[in-house]
Amino acid sequence: MDTMFVRGLKRKCFDGEEDIEGTLAGIKAVPSYNLQRQSLLDMSLVKLQLCHMLVEPNLCRSVLIANTVRQIQEEMTQDGTWQMINAQNTGQASLDRLVSTDILCRSSGDQAEGKHVPAYGTFNKDFESDQAQDGSETMSTASSVQAPRNLQSNMWEEMENPQENKGNFQKSLDQIFETLENKSPNSVEDLFSEVDNSYYDLDTMLTGMMTNTKMGHCDSLETFSSPTNTASNSNCKSDLNDLDHIVEILVES
Amino acid sequence: MRDPGGPRGPGRAWRAFPSLPPSLTALSPSAGAARAGGDGGSSDVQWCFLQVKGAIDEDVAEADIISTVEFNYTGDLLATGDKGGRVVIFQREQEPKTRPLSRGEYNVYSTFQSHEPEFDYLKSLEIEEKINKIRWLPQQNAAHFLLSTNDKTIKLWKISERDKRAEGYNLKEEDGRLREPGRVTELRVPTLKPMDLMVEASPRRIFANAHTYHINSISVNSDYATYLSADDLRINLWHLEVTNRSFNIVDIKPANMEELTEVITAAEFHPHQCNTFVYSSSKGTIRLCDMRSAALCDQHAKFFEEPEDPSSRSFFSEIISSISDVKFSHNGRFMMTRDYLSVKVWDLNMENKPVETYQVHEYLRSKLCSLYENDCIFDKFECCWNGSDSTIMTGSYNNFFRTFERDTLRDSTLEASRESSKPRAILKPRKVCTTGKRKKDEISVDSLDFNKKILHTAWHPMDNIIAVAATNNLYLFQEKMN
Repeated sequence: MDTMFVRGLKRKCFDGEEDIEGTLAGIKAVPSYNLQRQSLLDMSLVKLQLCHMLVEPNLCRSVLIANTVRQIQEEMTQDGTWQMINAQNTGQASLDRLVSTDILCRSSGDQAEGKHVPAYGTFNKDFESDQAQDGSETMSTASSVQAPRNLQSNMWEEMENPQENKGNFQKSLDQIFETLENKSPNSVEDLFSEVDNSYYDLDTMLTGMMTNTKMGHCDSLETFSSPTNTASNSNCKSDLNDLDHIVEILVES
Repeated sequence: MRDPGGPRGPGRAWRAFPSLPPSLTALSPSAGAARAGGDGGSSDVQWCFLQVKGAIDEDVAEADIISTVEFNYTGDLLATGDKGGRVVIFQREQEPKTRPLSRGEYNVYSTFQSHEPEFDYLKSLEIEEKINKIRWLPQQNAAHFLLSTNDKTIKLWKISERDKRAEGYNLKEEDGRLREPGRVTELRVPTLKPMDLMVEASPRRIFANAHTYHINSISVNSDYATYLSADDLRINLWHLEVTNRSFNIVDIKPANMEELTEVITAAEFHPHQCNTFVYSSSKGTIRLCDMRSAALCDQHAKFFEEPEDPSSRSFFSEIISSISDVKFSHNGRFMMTRDYLSVKVWDLNMENKPVETYQVHEYLRSKLCSLYENDCIFDKFECCWNGSDSTIMTGSYNNFFRTFERDTLRDSTLEASRESSKPRAILKPRKVCTTGKRKKDEISVDSLDFNKKILHTAWHPMDNIIAVAATNNLYLFQEKMN
């Protein structure tokens, strides 16, 4: 299968990659692990986006992915390396940052040896020095070299307001389940983007016309960082609009 | 010819026809033994190709993908459901007298459209017509009955034969036109004339509007009067005669959906105790419930869970522990669960761990990240017992399927492929290479085709005949006869 392996990954799963942790200092393994964990988090959030669904999404799958996201969030909070995807990152960049996550397949026992939580200051420094080496080994795309830089700036900004960001994230995660409850694509869309009422025209949906704006919304994870989350308000409003519209159609027929 | 079946009771607890095969093997559970497979060598039973059903061309139409396979109680009928909402029933040929040892083949008996795609206007979402499960009812008379379900609606279908028609009516012509009564000069008695066999399927009951979430399981009770249907968060109990009411017996929906962390993945009634059923969850737990204890069985009678091995914990631990299928053994003493990498056999009297664990494709453990990315990690594999409960079977990728013999600890990996589809051809065991050095005939993990997955398999209730669904093809294999 072409997409069997994450893009840009050398086949490390077989060639005993113990050398990553064994010969190199534990410090080197840390950004690698964190990046991969971040990558897994990004991947999971992308998976939770339900925008392309015309059929109700699989609840079991959504629950499992959401639980995985929570796990990562908890671990990141404990590590003190919690950070938010900020508005600087476009959807494309976040996908490109899907680096090798094979290290995550290994048990925590394996990782415990190599991993340690550095102080904030030292993390920055270590990160810079490791960038050059990391770039050649685990990441082969140019954008992935960008990622560490973004990570640094992210951390610098976000570390100041960890609580707020965590709150936003938790809220967003909760909203995912509210939307699963409501089963309305409207609220799902609201989760990730500004509401675009034109899309939710029932006729448009039935005739299968999906506008470009909708696709753009799906790709972007920008609203995760937006502190003002007006989604809940616009939820009700758009729901009412659609309900009226649906009633209109039913009455006419 | 089918026997008309046992005496029909007043609708409650009457003997099934024929009686389900009792398990004769007294198995001594070896507590906690992990059987990685390959310990006892390869299986004794050799499998031969019998038949394959379905189109050959590479382009597989989505609607043709088989989504469920089920033998009936005698094994004479085999039903398949597909994503297009169709049900195809195969019937086993009678053993030809000239070749008494050769097994009958399965030929198409009936095909009908069970479910149609629907649109839920309130939620603006489509309801798929894909058949999630088919369960047969035991035969009561000349007709056959089965339950088929999609995500939202369960239907009871009657499949009956017609091989005679009446001729010589007084009030209508042969072509159906009515005769003018005044023109009838003499009376005659209509006679029954033979006609070509016609198999008709008609929906007798439609059980709808009882599930908010997607139905994943249906299970007929041993009283043959009731059945359960389970969706992600609720389980309902139905009476086969009543369509406008069902009883909710399990509800795990939290008051606040934000607190949802676990869903129901499968449910089944005990084969003999009509008050007992089990349901499995996405967290790898199984709950056994007794309907006599309360109307709402939220309190389980037994709780089965294997403690997690802390040394193998990863971010994917929960996902791979999610149980995709649960099946009671025919003798009712054990149950089997399938999670992503293994099959476990549980003794109903021991809740803290399974008595047997079989690794299906442990080589995938290091690939979980990739399998998560391409969503394969969410594939729901089913599992099944053979008639005597001595062997279990489940599917894997690359059109491989695995059988595990419980007493001898032998296992085998076989492939359902067109290449090995010559009549009576013996299936060659396959092997996946996990180390660097690939031997001849072995296949490396990287070369596995993850689009070719065997999710649905079924074992004949008495004989060693197995049905394996490989995407849009149905393979039938039988034990090699000496």
